[in-house]
Amino acid sequence: MMEAKIKVDDLTIAYGDFVLMKNVSFEVKKGDVFIIMGGSGCGKSSLLRVLTGLVPPAKGNVFINDVNFAKASQAQKDEVMKKCGILYQSGALFSSMTLAENIALPLQQYTDYSDKLIKELVSLKLALVGLTGFEEFYPSEISGGMKKRAGLARALALDPEIVYFDEPSAGLDPISSKLLDDLIVEINQSLGTTIVVVTHELSSIFAIGTNSVFLDADVKGVGGIGSPKELLKNPPNQKILNFLTRGEKGNA
Amino acid sequence: MALTYVQNSSELTIKISGECCQYDDGTQKDKIYVLAQNLPQINVLAQNITAWDSTLLAFLYELSKIAKQQNKNISFSGLPENLQHLIDLALKVDRKPSLPDNKNGQWLEAMGNWGLNIYLSITRAFSFARQVLSSFGRFLRGSAVMRGVDFLFALEGCSYKAVGIMSLVSFMIGLILAFVGAVQLKTFGAQIYVASLVTIGMTRIMGAIMAGVIMSGRTGASYAATIGTMQVNEEIDALKTMGIPTMDFLVLPRMLSLMITMPLLTVWADFMGMFGGAFVGVVMLDISPQEYWKYSVEAMNLSNFLVGIFHGFVFGIIIALCGCYYGVNCGRNADSVGVATTKAVVSAIVLMIVATGIITMTFEVLGI
Repeated sequence: MMEAKIKVDDLTIAYGDFVLMKNVSFEVKKGDVFIIMGGSGCGKSSLLRVLTGLVPPAKGNVFINDVNFAKASQAQKDEVMKKCGILYQSGALFSSMTLAENIALPLQQYTDYSDKLIKELVSLKLALVGLTGFEEFYPSEISGGMKKRAGLARALALDPEIVYFDEPSAGLDPISSKLLDDLIVEINQSLGTTIVVVTHELSSIFAIGTNSVFLDADVKGVGGIGSPKELLKNPPNQKILNFLTRGEKGNA
Repeated sequence: MALTYVQNSSELTIKISGECCQYDDGTQKDKIYVLAQNLPQINVLAQNITAWDSTLLAFLYELSKIAKQQNKNISFSGLPENLQHLIDLALKVDRKPSLPDNKNGQWLEAMGNWGLNIYLSITRAFSFARQVLSSFGRFLRGSAVMRGVDFLFALEGCSYKAVGIMSLVSFMIGLILAFVGAVQLKTFGAQIYVASLVTIGMTRIMGAIMAGVIMSGRTGASYAATIGTMQVNEEIDALKTMGIPTMDFLVLPRMLSLMITMPLLTVWADFMGMFGGAFVGVVMLDISPQEYWKYSVEAMNLSNFLVGIFHGFVFGIIIALCGCYYGVNCGRNADSVGVATTKAVVSAIVLMIVATGIITMTFEVLGI
């Protein structure tokens, strides 16, 4: 049986008295491209914030590489997060730094590599995302799609075991969106990286997802778990069918 | 990791095996790169690679780049399939930079650009002032697109909320002024004139300057940051496309608020400074409160008081203009907001000092 990289166990996320979701449990296996999907406002991004340690859960446990994030010290969390990369919705590149400086930052922070090797690694990471020669450009000088790819290059800087993507297709044209999807699959297959993607883009969900969880805002929890194709074939409830067919088959 | 290389007259052969992680032997790599540039054929033979990371991939990518750029042959054998795939992926460039390599240009061009930028900044500043004036004209005619609630919010931000910091700093300034004056006046037994010194100093100029400095750091900076962030979030573009004049909507309420509150804050700063001076006079210099009050009232004259208030009014306009100007002309990234805020505060303080010089000379000539 494949090793679970992430295990979410009976998780509750709340902001003060407002409970966003409860009793959420699922596992992400090593090498999965795991999709967190659901309608707007169901808590996808909040779940991602809990998985990345930005927000503590109100109840329950989140295990990443067998470390319980809910109970871990900040030092333990930092150690786990070194093995994780995150691509934020807008790329979240540091605007005062060039692309090369953005990508070099985690390498300078967490490795003892020589400046020459860091330069080579920066050049490699940019090449892997199709941005060869853009080292000295500032984020303001490149397009939205390129910012996302540069953000991905930064997320891959430390050869992470897990990469999180927050709405990778948001704001991209269909071709750029497909290129990014292809890149996610390339990285997953070539490096064996476990990928967690928060999205509601159906084309991306079916193109890249090997496993998924559907979050339901009405029940404030999990609406279904399984591969997107399997969920479409045997939907556990009407809402998932609605979601996966854009309401075309679900509105009986 | 075991990495060895052999060369002959026509080819370079690199053998790699074992666990290939964290490969950072710069000296060995440099030698290999030089040889790769000088020999027509490069062979990479991999055997039993048990583990690898990006450092090996970066090395093989650099070799491949050298081969590609100099039309050399490079062959890989025995590499893990995914590693070979990633090298191919990295070499597949789908877009090339379109900006010129030398973005800074030559020194003459740079000097020209510098001069041009100064000229454009001055033009932009005058254009901004003209637009604010016409917005003010619309306000007087009652046709400005300004929401009352925005004006009230701006008024709240620069009125009672600023009183605390204003009181503390003005009190301390009055105290310092009294101390410094007392040291000199005490030498010839004239310490009673500390009251006159503090009263004239605070009411004529110091109260207004302190109010101006505090408000430029507090409110002017906030204006630049708020409007700058709106620029970053494209909110100003949205206003323009809706046909709402930016000056009426964003600048006018802020400027009106500071025009109203700055003279009032100046008066408050005057009194807090005088109170600070009185504290030193009564507690440290043994002047009776009645005596201090008497000399203060004698030193206070209406023209000094009104000059101070006029300064406050002018400073209010300067702070609002600088804050809003740099906010509206802010760039499109987070860094630009910081730059705009800094510029707003620095320019406001510099302009206030310049304005003080001009007003003082003008009033001197007019005998006020």
